[in-house]
Amino acid sequence: MSAQSQKNLQQYVLRLADNALIIGQRLSEWCGHAPALEEDIATANTALDLIGQARNWFAYASELDTDGRSEDQLALLRDERDYLNVLLVEQPNGDYGNTLMRQFIFDIWHFYLLEGLTRSADATISAIAEKSIKEVNYHVSRSSDLIIRLGNGTEESHGKLQEALNNLWRYSGELTLSDALDDEMLALGIGADLSGVERKFQAAITRGFHEASLVAPKIGYMQRGGKTGVHSESMGRLLAEMQVMQRSHPNLTW
Amino acid sequence: MYAQMVKATGKGVKTREQMDENERHFQDRIDNDIKIEAKDWMPEGYRKTLKRQISQHAHSEIVGQLPEGNWITRAPTLERKTILLAKVQDEAGHGLYLYCAAETLGISRDEMTEQLLSGKAKYSSIFNYPTLTWADMGAIGWLVDGAAIMNQVPLQYCSYGPYARAMVRICKEESFHQRQGFDIMNVLAKGSEAQKAMAQDALNRWWWPALMMFGPSDADSVHSAQSFAWNIKQNSNDELRQKFVDQTVPQAEFLGLNVPDSDLKWNDKKNGYDFGAINWDEFFAVIAGDGPCNKERLGARQKAWNDGAWFREALIVNAEKRAACKQAAE
Repeated sequence: MSAQSQKNLQQYVLRLADNALIIGQRLSEWCGHAPALEEDIATANTALDLIGQARNWFAYASELDTDGRSEDQLALLRDERDYLNVLLVEQPNGDYGNTLMRQFIFDIWHFYLLEGLTRSADATISAIAEKSIKEVNYHVSRSSDLIIRLGNGTEESHGKLQEALNNLWRYSGELTLSDALDDEMLALGIGADLSGVERKFQAAITRGFHEASLVAPKIGYMQRGGKTGVHSESMGRLLAEMQVMQRSHPNLTW
Repeated sequence: MYAQMVKATGKGVKTREQMDENERHFQDRIDNDIKIEAKDWMPEGYRKTLKRQISQHAHSEIVGQLPEGNWITRAPTLERKTILLAKVQDEAGHGLYLYCAAETLGISRDEMTEQLLSGKAKYSSIFNYPTLTWADMGAIGWLVDGAAIMNQVPLQYCSYGPYARAMVRICKEESFHQRQGFDIMNVLAKGSEAQKAMAQDALNRWWWPALMMFGPSDADSVHSAQSFAWNIKQNSNDELRQKFVDQTVPQAEFLGLNVPDSDLKWNDKKNGYDFGAINWDEFFAVIAGDGPCNKERLGARQKAWNDGAWFREALIVNAEKRAACKQAAE
């Protein structure tokens, strides 16, 4: 593999790693503060799955790293512009309805993306996708179930979810927007076909919103930038918190 | 302990002669190590004391998520982050088993939650101390979970079946928690000067509060006799505290850390350590609500409960709608 191809492959893997890590980090902020004990457990469990998946992706990204950076150096010591997650996952938790809506949109997309990646020509990617999709399948059923119940619960719960959807939907476009790196990985048989993912994602999420009595707002322009490292303002604070130990005590064993 | 200063009936232990037939039969079962189950007859005092004890224990698990939850987002490595998340998740799970065990005595989880949030029910004093550095995650696992195990292991054999069985599951996980805490301390103690100092500072701050977890000294422990007779308390507070000190001091030595007690000295005669006087004024102040974090801990739980009211209500309303639909379809 040429140095450039290796770097591109690593960038592709880092996108996957960062998505799982950053949404896992956001979810773990709920620990001890969720609206019911069962939700504390389920949210921590989902965070744990996702950070576990991130670790697998980072381990692979570390293997591909020409500077020999470790899993933790990649996960916890890059600058903000080098994080490649989509904007959706870094959005602040807001209320529990907002967190669930963010999760629902993410889970559905994540599932079809991983489904595509199980067919990757890269054996490590397909193996990690295969392992992750079992967990994500459960994430989808949990978040779908809650969205449908809350959308058809009280007027207040319906209102909160509709508001969350109105806030978050503008970040959904980036999920299936291909760029040059996606095209290159697809051409090599390594990456997922995002146009196929988009069709399945749209069909499933439309069905979900319909069942939840929710309507996705019309968005003139979908936000984008995360995949190339241009993030929202809240990302800096998330990283400041997540990186504080590595930044203030570099090069130590923990 | 996780259930400190649980008030028993306060009427003193009845002699066999003072007991009526039900009470004698009940006491015989306990004395013969036959478990009491939810539907069995039991004295009102037994039921009441256990409700307090188990719910206090459950509340401690729930509030106990907060001091460690404080560091999940800042854990120094991804591996540590996942271990800590799993540990805090276990604690929420322990709370769930324990609330279920208490519910078998005829009190709902909502009622227990209401008692916690109104300040009527207590939780362990230890969780009212702040977690200031990463080393506090080590100290909590090592010392706090270590102290908890001391009294939870015998509770696996207590007289009330649902409580004893919940405790079996909990103990398995607690010993993993303690090991992960010790492992954090061990890595820090072998690390840089700054890491060693962090570990020592954590031990300094957590040592005395950990000793206070066992509750007031036996001389001041007025509620114990009845709980012993009912086999829902098996060791005295001082006995467990001594056992904890004897077990933990060599571990601190192994780590190369100093236990912050100038009176700590091996005593050949009692085959255990003598240790300094505990600041009981501090303990009673923390129990009364004046610890460093009482307001924050209870405030966080109240906020979670109040902010989540719409969520819980919506799920109930949705379940009712579904049930009505199902009925209409039949």
